Amino acid sequence: MSAVTSASDAVFAPARRMDPSAAAIELVDVSFAYDKRPVLQGITMTVPRGKIVAIMGGSGGGKTTILRLIGGQLKPNSGNVLVAGQSVPDLEPEALYALRRRFGMLFQFGALFTDMSVFENIAFPMREHTELNEELIRDLVLMKLHAVGLRGAAAMMPTELSGGMARRVALARAIALDPMLVMYDEPFAGLDPISLGIIGQLIRRLNDALGTTSVVVTHDVYESLKIVDYMYFVSEGRIIASGTPESVRASTDPFVRQFVDGAPDGPVRFHYPAPPFRTQLLADVS
Amino acid sequence: MSAELATGVFSWLRRLGATVTGTVGKLGYASRFLIMVLVLSPHAFRRLHLTLREIYFAGVLSLVIILMSGLFVGMVLSLQGYEVLSRYGAGEQLGIMVALSLVRELGPVVAGLLFASRAGSAITAEIGLMKTTEQLAAMEMMAVDPVARVVAPRFWGGVISMPLLAALFSAMGIFGAYIVGVRLIGIDAGAFWGQMQAGVDFWPDVTNGIIKSVVFGLAVSIISVFEGYDAKPTAEGVSSATTRTVVISSLAILALDFVMTAFMFRGIGA
Repeated sequence: MSAVTSASDAVFAPARRMDPSAAAIELVDVSFAYDKRPVLQGITMTVPRGKIVAIMGGSGGGKTTILRLIGGQLKPNSGNVLVAGQSVPDLEPEALYALRRRFGMLFQFGALFTDMSVFENIAFPMREHTELNEELIRDLVLMKLHAVGLRGAAAMMPTELSGGMARRVALARAIALDPMLVMYDEPFAGLDPISLGIIGQLIRRLNDALGTTSVVVTHDVYESLKIVDYMYFVSEGRIIASGTPESVRASTDPFVRQFVDGAPDGPVRFHYPAPPFRTQLLADVS
Repeated sequence: MSAELATGVFSWLRRLGATVTGTVGKLGYASRFLIMVLVLSPHAFRRLHLTLREIYFAGVLSLVIILMSGLFVGMVLSLQGYEVLSRYGAGEQLGIMVALSLVRELGPVVAGLLFASRAGSAITAEIGLMKTTEQLAAMEMMAVDPVARVVAPRFWGGVISMPLLAALFSAMGIFGAYIVGVRLIGIDAGAFWGQMQAGVDFWPDVTNGIIKSVVFGLAVSIISVFEGYDAKPTAEGVSSATTRTVVISSLAILALDFVMTAFMFRGIGA
């Protein structure tokens, strides 16, 4: 995986799909549309067990939709989504909920329950899914909070937390039940540089310490390059490039370069498709 | 000109059709939602503290507005009622008039309207905001059904609170009528309470009032939770959902009240 690959010869392309036992997640030729608007077209990707894989791309490119498909909140129009060998779209509600118990998810703005304290937020999945006694729940919650450096904030309410702190609490909640898979939806969005670095390091450290698999949906290329094992670039619903951080840094692929360099124009156009400006200006207002 | 007219008519018909199918579709979705809430309701009772918490928020925190409104409605009813009754020399009948008005009609209806404005709107806003801030999605991803965990306790909290609030409204209204009628106007206390005791029957008067308040509780609660759950996840969406809750609940209460009253007192014109 030394070079960036385009979609047609992706490292984890279907013809060369890895051993299923080594794959935590597989998307096989997945297409999805909201009503008639296509969002994803022919997405094929594999997330190996124990690795951190980033799905990168501009806003509205279908990244979060991929997470929703993995979590079973959406069903693909065609293709299949396999998680731990199970076909997610075919699961009955009970089986889907059983699978989700093995997931953790960090939402873009934390999605902490605002009527519960930090402690109660992290205890929530434990109370819902286990029969642990209060003493054990307390110890586990404090351990999770200690792991994200916020043991001292246990009694605080979500409204009292800064953006970075809320994201860390949400991370502690996502790993509350030691999940096999953690999904991160824009974990770096809107954070100051210090918080951003902390979250990035926590994702890497917790992934390695817990032996989980992580999928990070983000557009923060610099922070991702530091922590992930593999990256997929998604644009207009298609995977247009993929590779390791080293290969991405060295890539000459125009899309990857535009993304890494933050160039305003390139394969991803600055202007949203529109009729010629002159035609539009001269058109009858009515 | 005729082509323009035809286009306009077709456009209007298209909009009308879209509105009708949209409304019918939403009614169908709301019905399925109600069934889902009922199916998942055992969860709300197995974990009673969730429902008790909602009874506190919907019921106990509505007490001030319900009791104060009941008091003033009773006092006004007493003033107006005495003025009319005394024209026919029946001022002593004030007790029974006030009690029947409150227990049969005003108690359930006004308490229902106040409940929709105070508690129903709060339930919609809370669930809508939970949706907007992805708290419901987070719950789903944690394999916790938000309908069982969030919606069902709020629904039953409202259903249980409403008849109790209506009863308290009526009681407070009668107390208000007593203050004005007996203490202020000077009607004999024995006549006031005696007429009331003789003229108000538990069945059908009080029972019908209770039935009405239970039905209003069911209607307001399902409208509130559904509008919150169905709200667009934006600030504007939550605001519209909250407004819809108050408007639809109020109209539903008044319409249901007419239908139920027609059935309850159907022999009246015979």
